[in-house]
Amino acid sequence: MKEKKYWPPYLSGIGLGITLLLAFVLMGRGLGASGAMMRFEVWFLGLFASSHVAANPYFAKYALNPLSNWLVYEIIGVMVGGFLSGALAGRLKFTIGKGPRISNKGRLILAFTGGTIMGFAARLARGCTSGLALTGGATMAVGGWAFMFAVFAGGYAMAWFVRKQWI
Amino acid sequence: MAPFYKFDYFSEGTGFIIALLLGVSFGFWLERAGFGSSKKLALQFYFRDMTVLKVMFTSIVVAMVGLAFFTLFGWIDMTAVYINPTYIWAQVIGGLILGVGFVVGGYCPGTSVVGAVTGRIDAYFFLGGALFGMFIFGEMFPWVEDLFLSGNMGAIRLPELFNLSTGVVVFLVILLAIGMFYGGEWLENKFREEEA
Repeated sequence: MKEKKYWPPYLSGIGLGITLLLAFVLMGRGLGASGAMMRFEVWFLGLFASSHVAANPYFAKYALNPLSNWLVYEIIGVMVGGFLSGALAGRLKFTIGKGPRISNKGRLILAFTGGTIMGFAARLARGCTSGLALTGGATMAVGGWAFMFAVFAGGYAMAWFVRKQWI
Repeated sequence: MAPFYKFDYFSEGTGFIIALLLGVSFGFWLERAGFGSSKKLALQFYFRDMTVLKVMFTSIVVAMVGLAFFTLFGWIDMTAVYINPTYIWAQVIGGLILGVGFVVGGYCPGTSVVGAVTGRIDAYFFLGGALFGMFIFGEMFPWVEDLFLSGNMGAIRLPELFNLSTGVVVFLVILLAIGMFYGGEWLENKFREEEA
C-alpha cells in the first residue's frame, strides 16, 4: 500500500484540541505521556527492587498501585490510536527517522541520548510537551506557558550542534 | 455540570475506559499530523517544517476557547479542573533541558509512543533513553530536590499573573497564535526556497 500524505496541521490541531477539550469536560484534566512512562517504570522497578522503590523519596510517590492510573490507560489508548492511524494510511514499516548525513548507528545513539535528557527533564519540570505545554497551555497555567517557550528556546539553541543528524 | 468525573457522573473504572478512548483519539491525531516521524518533528528546529508549532497552537486555542465558552455558559466549573502547578524555575530549566533532548532525540514522550507503534526503530531507542533518564532523576532526587521545588507559585494562571480578565488573555493568545501561524508559513516558504 502506498503511503498516504499526512493531514494538514490545522486539521490535526483541531482534532487534537477537541480531544483535549473532551478530556477537561469528561475527566477534569488534560492529556499526558511522561507520567504514564514514570508509572510503568516504577511498576517495573517494584517487581524486583520493591524495597529500593519504597526507600526512594521520588519513586515512592508513585509506588502505590502505579498502573491503576488514568494516564496509564490513556497511553495504552495512544498506542492503539497511533497504530490505527498508521495502518489506515499505509505508514506501518520498520524504519529509522534521520537526515542523509548520519549513520543508522549514530542516529540510534543520539535517540537514546536525547531520550535520557528528556526523561530527566520531564520529571524535573513535572510534565512533557503534552502534560505540561499542551494541557497547561490550554488552561492558561503560567508554568505551562513558561515551559513551552523554554522548550522551543532549548531546541533552537541546540539545533545547530546536531544539524548533521537531520538536514 | 462538567467536569463530569469530578461531579461523580461515573465511577473510576468508567473513567479508565474513557481515558483509553481519549488516548486512542490523541494517538490517532498525533499520527495523522505526522508526529510518528522524528525527522518531521525535528525539522521544526531548522524552520523547514513548522507543523509542531501549528498543531500545538491550534489545539491550545481550540481547547482554551472551548473552556472559556463552557465557563461562560455555566457548563463547566473550572475550579474542579486540574491546573498544572507552577514551579517556575524547575519548569524553565526543565523546559530548556527538554528542548535540548527534543532536538537530539527527535521525539517527545507522547510522540515516541506513536513512533514506536508505527515501526520507528529510533523511537524504541528514545523510549529506552527516556525511561533511563527518569530512573536517573529518581536516583538523583536528593540532589535535585531544591531545584524541583524552586519557584513555587501554586496553580496560578495567566489572567491572575497579569491581572487581566480571562477573556482578554484568550484574545491575546489567539492573536499570538495567528502571529505564529503567519510566521510559521513565512519561515517554511523562506527556508524551502533556500533549499531549492
